[in-house]
Amino acid sequence: MHELSLAGGVLKVVEDAAVREPFARVLKLHLEVGKLAGVELRALRFALEAIAPGTLLEGAELEIDEPQGRAWCMGCSTEVEIAQRGDPCPSCGAHWLAPQGGDELRVVDLQVA
Amino acid sequence: MCVVCGCNSSGQQESAQVAPDAGGAVVDARTGDLHFGAGAARVSVPGMSESRAIRIEQDVLGANNQVAQHNRAHFHAHGVRALNLVSSPGSGKTTLLCATIRALQQNHPEVALAVIEGDQQTSNDADRIRATGAPAIQVNTGKGCHLDAPMVAQAFARLAPHDHAHGHEHEHEHEHEHEHEHEHEHEHEHEHEHEHEHEHEHEHEHEHGHGHHHPTQSLLFIENVGNLVCPALWDLGEDAKVVILSVTEGEDKPLKYPDMFAAAQLMVLTKTDLLPHLSFDVQRCMDYARRVNPGIRILQLSATTGEGMNAWLDWLVHPDAIEPTSVQARIAQLEAELARLKAGQG
Repeated sequence: MHELSLAGGVLKVVEDAAVREPFARVLKLHLEVGKLAGVELRALRFALEAIAPGTLLEGAELEIDEPQGRAWCMGCSTEVEIAQRGDPCPSCGAHWLAPQGGDELRVVDLQVA
Repeated sequence: MCVVCGCNSSGQQESAQVAPDAGGAVVDARTGDLHFGAGAARVSVPGMSESRAIRIEQDVLGANNQVAQHNRAHFHAHGVRALNLVSSPGSGKTTLLCATIRALQQNHPEVALAVIEGDQQTSNDADRIRATGAPAIQVNTGKGCHLDAPMVAQAFARLAPHDHAHGHEHEHEHEHEHEHEHEHEHEHEHEHEHEHEHEHEHEHEHEHGHGHHHPTQSLLFIENVGNLVCPALWDLGEDAKVVILSVTEGEDKPLKYPDMFAAAQLMVLTKTDLLPHLSFDVQRCMDYARRVNPGIRILQLSATTGEGMNAWLDWLVHPDAIEPTSVQARIAQLEAELARLKAGQG
């Protein structure tokens, strides 16, 4: 359940932002969690709800973007989309793939008050 | 537009707007009345607008990664090669580590050794390591399922594997070299890193040619909490993650836990002495590992019989000495090509 640690990381990012640009609470938290980030979204949502009470995140709406996994297929010499690690290239069926994106795990922006 | 979050919902607040000259107060569109503290925060703070967006664009693991980068610089400055050993519980990490330490003490007494042991509870593993004579620090994570960079920083401060290297004449040269490399890593975007690695490897060969006989002065083994999921995400400042898989486990573990096998540079298949008694398909396991990580290096060994241990010891002391396979060479070539194409586009 590393999602609880990640939720703590999210809170840290938010609290650091509150030091730079003071605000009372977060209305909306916008995250980006790529398909290849190794994060279970349901667990992350649960963890964020669990740590929110008493923090700046209490009552915040949660928006999570899930960028597709992108990989360079060495057989096709082209970039392809994959849903998860270990998937074959959708066009040639081989596994010579070098992931290029979709492992993002970021706080994108906040709506605050 | 909703004044709370900027959404397009047309609720009651449609008639209320934050007036640019009203200091963040909500203005009633009908009467022109000003309502301070009526916004989402229910409080009026001079100098603060009621609702606003803040661009963050920050990595959730950023704080950990910063400490990890610091660890990495610290390790390199002291000639320490750090390895993050990950596996499921019961793969034989500690047994392999004890056998490795004994073999290194015998064959490479010039290499200083130290171990950071991560477990939820007990100091059993650190005790086993200390019995070999190598210094070890146990880190108990409590309920934590992984080590993080600050834990490793604290544990490393209590170890002194770098003392061994202090006082060497060329130590300062090394420090400068490594600091320089670090600056480069920070400045370069991800896609350039591969090219950079090639340069680095090339430099390494060059150094060997000039007769440097201390490729690794000191080894720090970080035995992570037995868990094939969570430790994949936390950079500890290691030079490489090594995933250990015993042949008594399923050969499809690389597919079941792909993030870990994707994050590792090396997979070590252990307990190979038991293969005659099992239906474990080594080739299939290696194929699965390469599906999630085409560039992964793979070694097979038995810490009990010693079979395959020499290749492992060689990798520890001369990390770049293993011949790249044709697949790895092809990957390197294509990645260089990709980097050139991307540079051309940019």
